[in-house]
Amino acid sequence: MIFFIRVRKSIFGLLLLLILSGSMQTVLAVEPSPERQVALRHLLKNDCGACHGLTLQGGMGPALLPDNLNGKPDEFLVATILNGRKGTAMPPWQPFMNHDEALWLIGVLRKSVH
Amino acid sequence: MKKILSLLSFLLSFNVLAELRATGDLGIVIEREDGAALIINTTEHKQLAKISNLGDLSHASVVFSRDQRYAYIFGRDGGLSKIDLLQDKLDKRIIQAGNSIGGAISQDGKLIAVSNYTPGGVKVFSSATLELIADIPADYGDGKLSKVVGLVDAPGQRFVFSLFDAGEIWTLDMKNPQKPVIEKFKNIGKLPYDALISPDGRYYIAGLFGEGGMALLDLWNTGNGVKRILPDYVKADEKLPVYKMPHLEGWAVAGDYIFVPAIGKHEVLVIDKQNWQLVKAIPVPGQPVFVMARPDGRQVWVNFAMPDNNQLQVIDVKDLSLRKTLIPGKAVLHMEFTPRGEQVWVAVRDDNQLVIYDTDTLQEITRLPAQKPNGVFFSARAHKTGL
Repeated sequence: MIFFIRVRKSIFGLLLLLILSGSMQTVLAVEPSPERQVALRHLLKNDCGACHGLTLQGGMGPALLPDNLNGKPDEFLVATILNGRKGTAMPPWQPFMNHDEALWLIGVLRKSVH
Repeated sequence: MKKILSLLSFLLSFNVLAELRATGDLGIVIEREDGAALIINTTEHKQLAKISNLGDLSHASVVFSRDQRYAYIFGRDGGLSKIDLLQDKLDKRIIQAGNSIGGAISQDGKLIAVSNYTPGGVKVFSSATLELIADIPADYGDGKLSKVVGLVDAPGQRFVFSLFDAGEIWTLDMKNPQKPVIEKFKNIGKLPYDALISPDGRYYIAGLFGEGGMALLDLWNTGNGVKRILPDYVKADEKLPVYKMPHLEGWAVAGDYIFVPAIGKHEVLVIDKQNWQLVKAIPVPGQPVFVMARPDGRQVWVNFAMPDNNQLQVIDVKDLSLRKTLIPGKAVLHMEFTPRGEQVWVAVRDDNQLVIYDTDTLQEITRLPAQKPNGVFFSARAHKTGL
């Protein structure tokens, strides 16, 4: 039953994505649950923050402030998060989040007011 | 109200002055999100004071003046704060760069050097006044500045550091503060991420992220240049993801053996410093971050990158085997031994706690509260090269 609802939700999200893509930068894919949002924000602050800085102004990794992400498409950033980037210290975060969660994080970063 | 407050603070400061305090068994605990430092007493397991408004301490390190009165805190945001351990107060604070990673105090205790990411380079300050004495941009050609990592002090009033983007090691001789002398070693390997110096101040070893092995500089024989050790240890195609860069600065030298975290492999490497060959690779559950020897060299303690960062492992140096796995709590970020090693303090970030262990029985002694602690530094570091 729960599975069924989830499938319907993601179909709805996909439709929404199709309708809205092009008109919006941050696509409203399936929003993570409130608990997952807390966990993802925690991960962003502490684990991403280990290299990109607690305030995301950069460290060993580049700054992730809205200005730095400007002009970089969502899917490019999602791929960077999920798969990492070869030849750099950026590891793949696939074991810790899925596509929609990465997309949601990018939305958080684009709006961040750190 | 204001009057009462100022009266109170006057009385309190009087009290501090009246009560004699020694600083040899004190320490600093960093609270990353609060941007604060706790002054703690390691003998009494007590928090003495909290110093706030120290900026972004999401990554921070601390060195101590040789009289052990002052702690110098290097923050992520380029802040350099001088804390007075006698009077529980901030003595002076400057913002010396946009983004920085660590620092060191000179052999004679008069200079503080800071390694910066932005602008890439090293700045040297008077430890007394925090006035700028030398500015060394890490220029590696065409005005490009490299991030600087692995900054340590070395005998001969020198500092040694590595250029992350350039793959170079530089030594900086500050005997004449007006005339710094720089010696550069190029092509030492790709992406040095941190470095350590042996406790005798002879060997400087930089870990490489961009290729296999580590870069070794013998400071007694700098003419021999930089050698690569363990070049083939981790093959590029078998490299595991690294969710937190290991730290090398908490050196782990026990007798002839140097213990270092493998990078991209879940192992602690034991290297014989007579011939720089691998003695043993000890399997561990995750990517090691800090690999630190108890001061007597009998044990080596290891913590890990996420998702294995709830654990600590204790290696017995006698037979290079795992003695025990401890589970202090969520996000074990750092540890520090008491000067002679009978206890160790562990910072457990997500549990907001410091856990103190007896290193002989490996039993927990007590826990102290701290807000998101990410570093523990004791004043005994004042008299150790490289710390």
